[in-house]
Amino acid sequence: MKIKNINVLPRLIKDIFLSDKKKFILAVLCVLFSGVGVVIAPFMLQNIIDGVITPAIKDPTFEWLPLLISNILILISCYVVALIGSFSYTQLTTMLGNNFMRKTRNRMFSHMQDLPIKYFDTHTHGDIMSTYTNDIDSIRQFAANSLPVMFNSLFISIVCFTMMLFYSVWLALIGVFGVVIMFFVTKYIGGTSSKNYIKQQATIGKIEGVIEENMNGLKVIKSFCHEDASIKQFEGINKELFEVSTTANKFGNILMPILGNIGNILYILIAIIGGILISFNVMNVRLIGIEESISAGILVAFLPMIRQLSYNISEVANQVNSIALALGGSKRIYELLDEKVEEDNGYVKLVKAKYDENHNIVEVDYNSKDFDLWAWKHPHSATNSVTYQKLEGDIRMFGVDFSYDNKNIVLHDITLYAYPGQKVAFVGATGAGKTTITNLLNRFYDIADGKIRYDGININKICKKDLRRSIGMVLQDTSLFSGTVMDNIKYGKQDATDEEAIAAAKLANAHDFITRLPQGYNTYLTNDGINLSQGQRQLLSIARCALANCPVMILDEATSSIDTRTERLVSDGMDNLMKGHTVFVIAHRLSTIQNSDVIMVLDHGRIIERGSHEELIAKKGVYYQLYTGAFELE
Amino acid sequence: MESTLKYNENTKGKFFQVVKTLFKSIRQYKKQTFLTMLFVGFETIIECVIPLIMGYLVNTINGSSPFEMSFLGDPVTNMMYYILFYAAILLVLAALSLICGILSGIFCSYASIGFTRNLRQDLYNKINSFSFKNIDKFSISSLVTRQTTDVMNIQLAYYLSIRISVRSVLMLIFSIVMAFIASPSIAWVFLILVPLLFGILFFITMKVDPIYRRGFRKYDALNESIQENIKGIRTVKTYVKEEYEKEKFSKNALSLQSTFMKADRIVALTSPLMQFFMYTSMCTLLGFGTYLIVTSAGISLDIGKLSTLITYGAQCLSSIMMITMVLAMIIMALESMGRVYEVLIEKNAMLENNATLKDLDDGSIILKDVSFRYDDTSDVYALSNINLNIKSGQTVGIIGETGSAKSTLVNLLPRFFDASKGEVIVGGHNVKDYDIRSLRNQIGVVLQKNVLFSGTIKDNLLWGNKDASDEEIKKACQVAQADEFVSSFKDGYNSKVEQGGTNLSGGQKQRLCIARAILKNPKILILDDSTSAVDTKTDAFIREGLKEICPTTTKLIIAQRISSVQDCDFIVVLKNGTINGIGNHEELLKNNEIYRDIYNIQNKIGGEQK
Repeated sequence: MKIKNINVLPRLIKDIFLSDKKKFILAVLCVLFSGVGVVIAPFMLQNIIDGVITPAIKDPTFEWLPLLISNILILISCYVVALIGSFSYTQLTTMLGNNFMRKTRNRMFSHMQDLPIKYFDTHTHGDIMSTYTNDIDSIRQFAANSLPVMFNSLFISIVCFTMMLFYSVWLALIGVFGVVIMFFVTKYIGGTSSKNYIKQQATIGKIEGVIEENMNGLKVIKSFCHEDASIKQFEGINKELFEVSTTANKFGNILMPILGNIGNILYILIAIIGGILISFNVMNVRLIGIEESISAGILVAFLPMIRQLSYNISEVANQVNSIALALGGSKRIYELLDEKVEEDNGYVKLVKAKYDENHNIVEVDYNSKDFDLWAWKHPHSATNSVTYQKLEGDIRMFGVDFSYDNKNIVLHDITLYAYPGQKVAFVGATGAGKTTITNLLNRFYDIADGKIRYDGININKICKKDLRRSIGMVLQDTSLFSGTVMDNIKYGKQDATDEEAIAAAKLANAHDFITRLPQGYNTYLTNDGINLSQGQRQLLSIARCALANCPVMILDEATSSIDTRTERLVSDGMDNLMKGHTVFVIAHRLSTIQNSDVIMVLDHGRIIERGSHEELIAKKGVYYQLYTGAFELE
Repeated sequence: MESTLKYNENTKGKFFQVVKTLFKSIRQYKKQTFLTMLFVGFETIIECVIPLIMGYLVNTINGSSPFEMSFLGDPVTNMMYYILFYAAILLVLAALSLICGILSGIFCSYASIGFTRNLRQDLYNKINSFSFKNIDKFSISSLVTRQTTDVMNIQLAYYLSIRISVRSVLMLIFSIVMAFIASPSIAWVFLILVPLLFGILFFITMKVDPIYRRGFRKYDALNESIQENIKGIRTVKTYVKEEYEKEKFSKNALSLQSTFMKADRIVALTSPLMQFFMYTSMCTLLGFGTYLIVTSAGISLDIGKLSTLITYGAQCLSSIMMITMVLAMIIMALESMGRVYEVLIEKNAMLENNATLKDLDDGSIILKDVSFRYDDTSDVYALSNINLNIKSGQTVGIIGETGSAKSTLVNLLPRFFDASKGEVIVGGHNVKDYDIRSLRNQIGVVLQKNVLFSGTIKDNLLWGNKDASDEEIKKACQVAQADEFVSSFKDGYNSKVEQGGTNLSGGQKQRLCIARAILKNPKILILDDSTSAVDTKTDAFIREGLKEICPTTTKLIIAQRISSVQDCDFIVVLKNGTINGIGNHEELLKNNEIYRDIYNIQNKIGGEQK
């Protein structure tokens, strides 16, 4: 797993680079400048000690003041350069990091919008969500902190090491030895700790799951007096988290003291060996030449440098955990970004149109309010011509088979006709395939075999967006979006006027309860802020569908949470609205679908009975049993 | 947002009280906390001494020993001797510092994580003791946040407080003292630089804190909207709103980024600012130091002391930075602390009396002039003047529109809520006279919101009776019409239930919940709209089965469908929290308008007349 994660690193850095090349390069340059200050200090310190203080003490007549001033001035100017560099690079990386985050978020979200429904059906919402929270957070840490710190420290380390070579190759080699040891310590301790940090992340996810589940089921827990068992279960997972966290933190906490003291020992080692080299007058090899012996001044200047080196190496090592987390996070983010988007090879478009004087259909501008009808614009590549076909809502399925996984067929040989303005109902047990059929109509899933024609056009030829625009849908689990009630009703038709929206709400019988909300139509809805009942949410989504006024509508358990009396009112309104619309209805309550033109009884993916309510009752088959079931047992 | 407001009201200015309450959860980790601070203290002091010795070492190398010691031969051998002497001291110190560092690191992880482990458990236990009223006061998502994010924030703040803050404060004091010992004539520089740096950093912290708060709220809102989008992806795609959603998202992401960027850019100033102070101190020390050394000919200051000063200067400035960082984190954690405190001090709304009555005599239910309001200060009663007399073993239907307080009524029986007025008598005694657990154990409730827990199907069913045999489980499921579909699963009763029961359909969940309640073998069984997702035929089978398996159990059935209640001994029609009619099916059809209306719609007589 570790190796796999590492592979993501180049891609991540490349993406950060590509998100803003100019700033990236500039930031790198500025980091280099900022390093000047760190590197120059010990150098100037040695210069002043060797060149100013020592001669001045020895020789009272020595003109030390101008020399001191010039040295300090050099130091100050280097510092100014370093400060400018440091100021610029911190600002640049902040901007770069934040921009990268935003771009990544946008990329993820945009990509996600284009993914097929299958993706959402096969991934838990919690998993998808955690890409946007935990994983993004982990690369935020990486891009904004770890990367610049690492780069900065590595750069300083390299400069330090080069400077050390200039002073004494022998001593520098001891430095290398120290760095190697630090590397292995980090690899072991840091590795153990980051492995456990990743485990800790997973356990946190688990404990959050347990907490969420138990908070949601708190009332059930209380009604079964299950508190003790629930507390015991929580104690178990809490202990697990404690164990993983302490292991991770223990190793994380001791890494810095260990590295710091390796630095100290390195310092001592250099002092001793330096002393020995001086005592035995060992020839000093420097990058700029060979000297007879190391001077005390060189050793004095070297010592802070070795501290600097070990300090910066531990800074790099300190980022191990955040890098490990970022790699794990970015791997999951890339998995999302690499998911295949929904394909659309459709070329038949839905356009606004008018009849000309010869009663031919003529296309009008899309934003025009002045149009008579919607039409399918059908380009024919063979003859290079375009034909227009009125949008009517005529849906026919011929011998449709479907499978979610290409293995288990869930729909067999479905053939049905829905003429414009008809109400078609699906009845059957859970899992009989009712919802699946509707998922095929708007191409949330594609059929395995057979044909679906919409106004005579094969739906595979229709642009998915235009196809879906022509099909309204109200689902059992209604989705409202943060925004006002009005926003939510207008979701399907942004350019509707308030009056139109209110009319739709009245039609759905939602007007009454909306006006009783604190701010009426302007009440702001949030996920769990204002407590709308499930029934009220359904009324709103019916209003939304009513406003969108699509020629084809799918009502999948759309009124299941509305009490019978209210449902009556709603369906009366709906029936008015649906005049001239093709409607597919799925409902448990048979009273909801009795007035359908045709009722299809589904069983294990097959249509086993079809006909009107009266016909099916007369047939005394499955539908009849269902309908009369309640009375039969009396 | 709401909880933030509450926090301000409840916990403002109560810092010490909040801390005192939270610290009660440290318990067995007091020792580790103390040891952490002790060893951090040792480690810090050693770390502060080390540069001092290093300074002596540097002096030795430079040829000026601090001690007047006799020469042991030539100067170089003498130097070597001193180097080894100091190196030995340093080595001992480094070893000590290593040991203290490791110990403090280990104790610290136990102390901080142990503390939050206790805290999380205390919160969880407290919430488990909540009454329904308490639960409704806090939203579920806010209870989750308090046990997760908030506890994590507190853990970080605690860790920083016992490790980093002890360390930086000690280091600051020590560095300044050492600097003064080294050279009082130069150390005054720090007395200017330190407060100045602290002031500026603190100013920055206070300035960015509200911006970050705003940012985090935006962040939450953004994540909320992603969640909505994922949940509603079918709606998004149905209305072809992908582009609209992208645009909306990118606008929100931009606004989030600009807020964070603003704060981040101010925070990013601290690093160059810090360097500015470091560099200033460096230049000042070098300039003045050299001047002092040369003019006093090494008497009031020498090279070793100068490098000591430089080291301590850097140390005390960086400890200032650490202190402000810890302060910033604590300030950020304050809100979390307040929210956790709020749960811990929440008073249980259900008065736990020491009632000892264990067994219900039978399943009879009497309600005498019962009224109920959710809020004691409100004038609105959810239920008013309910009088009911249900004999043991009867089956009673309750029907009424949404909001007619059907669920509220039955919630009074197992004391999920206490009646505001009147008496609730179950099994011959007032519900308040029972030990609450015994009462609830003898009343089976299938709540409207069905919840199954992750685990196997069997695990879930055992909730009803943890000693139930496989046969009993199967029997209960047969009655609840669940056996057939459970048996069709590959792993049967050992099949996994996903979190939230997402791998089961609504109807399947309902039937399992009913089976779970049957297994309790309760004296009173309440089905609160528990078969809404089950078809009429199955619904009828369930009712038949119930009659058979527990004939003596009093059954209360809340339903939308007339067919679910029409064969009850009698049916209660509720309207706006009052009883609109009582009687059997025929009587109500004759006398009750609401009932007749519902019946007509469901049987389409009214619909066809229209």
